[in-house]
Amino acid sequence: MITVIDYGMANIGSVVNMLKRIGQESIVSVNPDEIARSEKLILPGVGAFDGAVNKLERLGLRDALNEAALNRRIPILGICLGMQLLLQGSEEGEKQGFGWISGWNRRFQFPECENPLKVPHMGWNKVRAVRPSPYFSADYGEQRFYFVHSYHAVCDSAEDVLAVADYGGEFAASIHRENIVGVQFHPEKSHRFGMKLLSAFAEL
Amino acid sequence: MRDGQVVKGVRFRDHRVMGGIMELATRYVEEGADELVFYDITASPDGRSVDRRWINRVAEVLNIPFSVAGGIRSVADAEEVLNFGADKISINTPALAEPGLIDVLAKRFGSQCVVIGIDSHADAGTWRVYQNTGDPDKTSHSGRFTLDWVAEVQDRGAGEIVLNCMNQDGVREGYDLEQLRQVRARCQVPLIASGGAGTMQHFADVFRSAHVDGGLAATVFHSAAINIRELKIFLREQSVEVRL
Repeated sequence: MITVIDYGMANIGSVVNMLKRIGQESIVSVNPDEIARSEKLILPGVGAFDGAVNKLERLGLRDALNEAALNRRIPILGICLGMQLLLQGSEEGEKQGFGWISGWNRRFQFPECENPLKVPHMGWNKVRAVRPSPYFSADYGEQRFYFVHSYHAVCDSAEDVLAVADYGGEFAASIHRENIVGVQFHPEKSHRFGMKLLSAFAEL
Repeated sequence: MRDGQVVKGVRFRDHRVMGGIMELATRYVEEGADELVFYDITASPDGRSVDRRWINRVAEVLNIPFSVAGGIRSVADAEEVLNFGADKISINTPALAEPGLIDVLAKRFGSQCVVIGIDSHADAGTWRVYQNTGDPDKTSHSGRFTLDWVAEVQDRGAGEIVLNCMNQDGVREGYDLEQLRQVRARCQVPLIASGGAGTMQHFADVFRSAHVDGGLAATVFHSAAINIRELKIFLREQSVEVRL
């Protein structure tokens, strides 16, 4: 059973719908006890970094999530801003992330030129796995996922980067460490490869 | 769409029913569409808002992004559409009536989900913006020139522009490349070409010569004249970057 955290910072409907479509049961919860005791968690998120941290703290979810991640060590998938929260912090704000993976979120910066790349990075982009995982199978060939973001993860250790995409240079499209995994793109909006990724997480 | 059915007209007139929303939406996703846009053309001219429960039904089956246009006049309207599961809101006539709405929506929800639709008509050597295009009897010139409006909506925070070239709409003679090139030169945000697609070559032309970020079409897909997957294979052979 997957628990999707509904802390008012994401359109969780599409995540829940996609889990249903791949035949996975899920519950939506904002209850700290329920979340601390869950078997598997998805942490979605869109919006601003500090806004998300404030909401999680106000709901008493920081301790609950630390319990699930660090003591019970259950699988946790962070999506978009939910992935950025896995790191220590972000240039976007002042608040501390969970720090389960060492690193920081940086804003896309491009050199001044006539036609600079736009921020946010929005749309479909190719994702290339840089180490083996159940999420990005080499058998699939070229894989594209749907992105909408202005900040991207910079991990302290290259070992924690699972897949990269290119937007004015390579950036981490997916990060992981032990039981924690994050994706910058939206698997729930990324058609068949997105559903494969959610299935892989559900089947862990 | 109108009253729960997908309809399509020619040059914004004489709309015919093309099929059910769910049936067409799921077909397009299977064929490989990258994004869907739902226009409720009855909304703005009647001065009423759409019954939005269908968005929720669509969101349940779509695993690609989609935007909704029609009758979004306020933050509350936009919020309802996004809460029902749309990824983006597309504003047309209400932005012309009250341009400040673009600023407010971009601030509240982020530029990435604010799309501005522009219905542009070639008039005497220039391009002008039209409003209330869902109803031929109410369609009128907005008093704005297309290239000026393209610049203004970006300043106000629009994250994407869909340019409907009205002269070309539904007639399948190709996109208005000259107009799209002019708009492209002034458009820093993603630009989606709309109006006129009739053949696969038209798509290749608009990507290669007007450098738009996306091609939008209705008639050729609704009538199954062009299959999206075959179109994408064709485009890739023509060196256009596509997701297959």
